Amino acid sequence: MDTENPDLAIHARGLVRRYGDLTAVGGIDLEVPRGMIFAVLGPNGAGKTTLLRILATLTPADAGSASVMGHDIATAPDKVRFCIAMTGQFASLDEDLTGRENLVMLARLWGFRSGLARGRADELLDAFELSAAARKQVKDYSGGMRRRLDIAASLIVTPGVLFLDEPTTGLDPSARQGVWRLIRQLAASGVTILLTTQYLEEADQLADRIAVIDHGRKIAEGTSRELKAATGSGVLHVSLADHGQIEAAADLLSAHLESVVQRSPEGAELSVLAGDAAVANAAVAALISEGIALADFRMGTPSLDEVFFALTGKPDASAPERPKAQP
Amino acid sequence: MTDLIVDAPTKNADDLGTPGIAALRRVPPPTPPGPLSNALVFGWRAILKFRHVPEQLFDLVMTPIMFTLLFTFVFGGALAGSTGDYLQFFLPGILVQTVVFNSVYSGMGLSTDFQKGLFDRFRTLPIWSLAPFAGLMVGDLLRHLIAGGIILGIGLTLGYRPEAGLIGTLAAFAMLLTIGFGMGWVFIVLGLLVRTPMTVMTLGFTILFPVTFASNIMVDPATMPGWLRSFVEVNPVSLMTTALRGLMSGTASLSQIGLALIAPVVLTVTLAPVVLWLYRRR
Repeated sequence: MDTENPDLAIHARGLVRRYGDLTAVGGIDLEVPRGMIFAVLGPNGAGKTTLLRILATLTPADAGSASVMGHDIATAPDKVRFCIAMTGQFASLDEDLTGRENLVMLARLWGFRSGLARGRADELLDAFELSAAARKQVKDYSGGMRRRLDIAASLIVTPGVLFLDEPTTGLDPSARQGVWRLIRQLAASGVTILLTTQYLEEADQLADRIAVIDHGRKIAEGTSRELKAATGSGVLHVSLADHGQIEAAADLLSAHLESVVQRSPEGAELSVLAGDAAVANAAVAALISEGIALADFRMGTPSLDEVFFALTGKPDASAPERPKAQP
Repeated sequence: MTDLIVDAPTKNADDLGTPGIAALRRVPPPTPPGPLSNALVFGWRAILKFRHVPEQLFDLVMTPIMFTLLFTFVFGGALAGSTGDYLQFFLPGILVQTVVFNSVYSGMGLSTDFQKGLFDRFRTLPIWSLAPFAGLMVGDLLRHLIAGGIILGIGLTLGYRPEAGLIGTLAAFAMLLTIGFGMGWVFIVLGLLVRTPMTVMTLGFTILFPVTFASNIMVDPATMPGWLRSFVEVNPVSLMTTALRGLMSGTASLSQIGLALIAPVVLTVTLAPVVLWLYRRR
């Protein structure tokens, strides 16, 4: 691949993967510069995992091509495997073995002699604050510990590119913060990171660049700032004191913010995309001056649904009820 | 971009106390190991599993131990005149049954590994793509040796005596490992096709129970109806049992050994490429 741009860690062109009638990945282009944290954001079933699996040489693409660290994934998968590591959505560890044994096993598979393998395992356990649990079976680990061990297992040999499939799904907030901190430190040490997530907040917090994908297609890409420019900086949530004024309030907000108003299932709260705080403030002022009593109002980060709504102009029908976390 | 990261995580005490991953050495890949080295690591994993999950040994030998005791003491006298004579007839057969049943567990293990995503991890490593299977086989052979050894030990305690002595017994164990290796492919294919380990087990025993019972393991087929006898006589399990009896009593003929090896060889030759294809397709 001497025509490759050497500054790109990942360069994908028109990747396609079908499963029967379902097109999981429908022609995705991706350019990820080296040393960057790049997030692929999308709902369940958008094709994020399939895209990652293609790039990690686990699933062959039906069409298109890609190179990782300058090596073609189709013609030189072994060279790609020398410079990548993947941490799957579900901890890919042997639950019967201890944390240390898992790392030693992988180090020996890489080719380290047993003394070096044990040394590297201990070093990683130390760095990931798992030394105390090193001799416990992985099945007794908490979710956060598993995820840390899983990421440690990806760093036995320092990868050029680390693929992280939904690294914080199912973790509690403090474990999530811990994983975020790890990811930032890794990126600072020069590892290119491609992660998938369903949380806009996560992409916003971590990623230098974000690609939004839906139904196997990339519908937007840019920095967090650029995406926010497209979606507005936030969402205005308004709770009404009087349920009977809901129609009037919705009409007023819709007219002021030029956006469709979404109603909460209970019907007493309205949500609407607001360009910025000043516009939202004016809308709230208008409600009050029309005599609509508010119980509460606040600005929030747009949810993934609302980003989709803003980017596609239609609600994301594929996942009407999205779980907050998965097992 | 950095200005958008609103709340960089606050440093807490344990952050300051540990070096964290920022201090982690960058490590380049070492010289790639050979396929044999990879397979041995997987074998090591199988041994570790014995240490951490000793219960699995219980699963492996409980059924054959019960069969040995029940058949010898409940049916033995009626079937062969005396329990001692029956044990002499039955033990080589129960060894075959043990190995054949145990091959189901390797399929279950494989299915579990796939479910947990462990194979994805292995497949993103620059290792020989068949190494995990070779390792599975190493683990299987160990399992067969341990289970076979325990059953033989119990047999010896109960009074079983291999007429062919140590050499015959070693030859019989070599044959058992060959049988286990061949049968292993069937359940590796099942493990690759079936998503849940429990289904692999149910399917496995659904196939294996009729095949091991409709054989000459427990009784001489002479009294069976003709249609059944014609199946029993060509049943690979019967052919294996006959050869094993021959090896342990020192009367095995080359043709008996040859017939017993047909199934393991055919299974390996036909199913190994299927395993490779299924694995690459996943």
